[in-house]
Amino acid sequence: MNESPFPQFNHLQLRAQKKWAALQNSSQPLIYLGTASCGRAAGALQTLQAIQVSLEEINRSAQILQVGCIGPCYLEPLMDLQLPGLPRISYAKVNPEKAKRILRAALLNGDLSPKLAIGHFGDDSFTQQSGIGRFFDLPMLKPQVRVILRNCGFIDPEDIDQYLAQDGYVGFVQALQKGPEGVIEEVRQSGLRGRGGAGFPTYKKWEICRAAPSEQKFVICNADEGDPGAFMNRSLLEGDPHAVLEGMLIAGYAIGAQHGFVYVRAEYPLAVARLRQAIQQMRQYGLLGTDILGSGFSFDIEVKEGAGAFVCGEETALIASLEGERGMPRPRPPFPAEKGYRGYPTLINNTETFGILPNILRNGGQWFIQLGSPGNAGTKTFSLVGKARHTGLIEVPLGMTLRQIVFDIGGGTIKPFKAVQTGGPLGGCLSAAHLDTPVDYENMRASGSIMGSGGLIVLDESTCIVDLARYFLTFSKNESCGKCTPCRVGTRILVETLQKIARGEGEMDDLDVLYKVADTMQRTALCGGGQTAPNPVLTTLKYFMNEYLTHIQGRYCPAAVCTELFEYRIIAEKCTGCGRCVQVCSSGAVSGEKKEPHTIDVERCIKCRACVEVCKFDAIVGVPVSAYHSQEVTL
Amino acid sequence: MDHPNVPPPIQVDDCDPSHLIPLLQRIQQQEGYISEQSVRQIARLLKISENHIYGVASFYSQFHFQKPGKHHLKVCLGTACHVQGGVQLAQEVEKQLSLRSGETTTDGAIDYEEVACLGCCAQAAVVEIDGVIYAKMTTDRLVKKLNELRLHEPLCSGADESSLSALASA
Repeated sequence: MNESPFPQFNHLQLRAQKKWAALQNSSQPLIYLGTASCGRAAGALQTLQAIQVSLEEINRSAQILQVGCIGPCYLEPLMDLQLPGLPRISYAKVNPEKAKRILRAALLNGDLSPKLAIGHFGDDSFTQQSGIGRFFDLPMLKPQVRVILRNCGFIDPEDIDQYLAQDGYVGFVQALQKGPEGVIEEVRQSGLRGRGGAGFPTYKKWEICRAAPSEQKFVICNADEGDPGAFMNRSLLEGDPHAVLEGMLIAGYAIGAQHGFVYVRAEYPLAVARLRQAIQQMRQYGLLGTDILGSGFSFDIEVKEGAGAFVCGEETALIASLEGERGMPRPRPPFPAEKGYRGYPTLINNTETFGILPNILRNGGQWFIQLGSPGNAGTKTFSLVGKARHTGLIEVPLGMTLRQIVFDIGGGTIKPFKAVQTGGPLGGCLSAAHLDTPVDYENMRASGSIMGSGGLIVLDESTCIVDLARYFLTFSKNESCGKCTPCRVGTRILVETLQKIARGEGEMDDLDVLYKVADTMQRTALCGGGQTAPNPVLTTLKYFMNEYLTHIQGRYCPAAVCTELFEYRIIAEKCTGCGRCVQVCSSGAVSGEKKEPHTIDVERCIKCRACVEVCKFDAIVGVPVSAYHSQEVTL
Repeated sequence: MDHPNVPPPIQVDDCDPSHLIPLLQRIQQQEGYISEQSVRQIARLLKISENHIYGVASFYSQFHFQKPGKHHLKVCLGTACHVQGGVQLAQEVEKQLSLRSGETTTDGAIDYEEVACLGCCAQAAVVEIDGVIYAKMTTDRLVKKLNELRLHEPLCSGADESSLSALASA
């Protein structure tokens, strides 16, 4: 590493690198434990406790590193062990009991429990030696390219030195040497487009903001990740908060701002805490405040918690909220880059956009543009959730197909694949016919969906498309700020019409209502939220019309979700008479002798699904309601 | 003078209206809800009308105007949780505790809220009890959790109707 012209920074970096090397070459074992929110939900804190107890029991000491989420959340809690002189080895679904077993075997007997291990971080020679495969060769990890997430799962996010040791703040130092115009030029060359979803070229926004004449300018990091089913920003802020803050420093320097805000969801308490701590560390190290590193550039960052309004993800609504108002969008122009927070030029970028910037400044724009596909540079993180076998946070080059993401990385679905929802509540639902669509801004839009911020919800045959459209529109209706009529009233009509269809009272004319209202909203709503809110309805109508027709004309919900449009039956051939369904049925609807096929009394069944959840033989299925279909149903 | 119910740190350097939401958040964190007294105090502090404060506060789903229960139960209805059975969990809560979103049990033991997304989508369906998120919930496991809660805190059935209507009239 070349020395920078900032001695204060060189000193910080050198000290951090020495500290990191000492940690990695320590004579003590290192234990990495993923304790981001997702890990904690899976029980990581109980595992942590068990690790501490276990070390005491066997009278061994080890360094425990609490790291962010490394990605495959479905395998959590993830505990990794790195014995002196050996590579780090990862173990999945480590409950307290398993943690104790692994630690005892490894620390007392040198047994690495290869059967419990899912992968190591060393080279191929270790694979042969240990019989454990490489972690990054796992099917879920192999197609991924980690740029934004490079530190997530590898460093303690609460220790600024660990970030500095991974070339942290080098991008910012490079920026200081390039000068503001040089930084914007580098970002232009990188081809970076806003990761919030719209895909506006980042450098253009910066140029406008830099050119706006004003004494004061602001930078806002939009971390109001409101899309249900998306958690990319949470993971990044919890796992590598300094990367985002460094990105804000770079942006602030480039546009000539003095003050930055991180507007983060209050539902992410851990992210908020880690951001606040990281900012404090930056101040201590002279990376924030007046005359940063003696460069003459002064900048400060403040964390503002959102208060639970989806619409505040829209930039003008976010600004209104920061100003202490109801978070209602304002007509644009003027755009915030010219007239934003308190009337001053304001740059708003998504959390992920900021997280990418240090990498671009460190490695160069040319490096970044090669990672993606033409016109869609770089990598993007997605939260791959729903019915996929491998759920979690992934990062892939833009232009990868949905099939690669859902089947290669996600491992496909257990029941037959039905659809994938991209772009959150304002996005769309794509069918199997779209699996070969490359995931980039243009192709997603052409398919009727949007890329959005990166939620990918995989759906299988047990998901009802009408119900899903109703779900998204109910969300948009509840979150509509109410300022403009097309959105306020339009979402309501759409929800009521979809409810009618889901109840089995739908008529063919209702489809026209859906089309007309959706069209009006697209053309006349005030902000992007209202204009794109009908997307889930339009895409499902386009790609899953059959399912709407089955609901309207057949009075049947094939996915067994819309409760008025199916009833449960037990397939006698599949039922083993294990009695689990009888135990969980709270309405006494299931009955039968042990080891004999059971039956369901449809009169008593309230369709709570409890029996379906516990049945291990898929013996309980939804069939058309017999009142609608007088003839006996054949299975 | 500060109201005795409102802890002292609620002070600001100036009347800047951008202090409003952070102030409301601090009060809710300390007291669990936004009381009429605290609204009056903020109005004096920031020199804005109580009406304006209610206008802003009621826009955001984070703010509550009724005293919360001792325990807080949240069922996530984000997309991933929705397709993994979040609705059934919500129905189970209604069945077990006779609570709908936004209500508190009459004895004040448990308040209940359906939320849009807790950000643990890969672990869907999730439920949050007193700030702790539980992964991969089923109705079966939820019933067990609720029973655990009930063992610590005897519950009454029947929802507190007044808690909902108060918000609407605010």
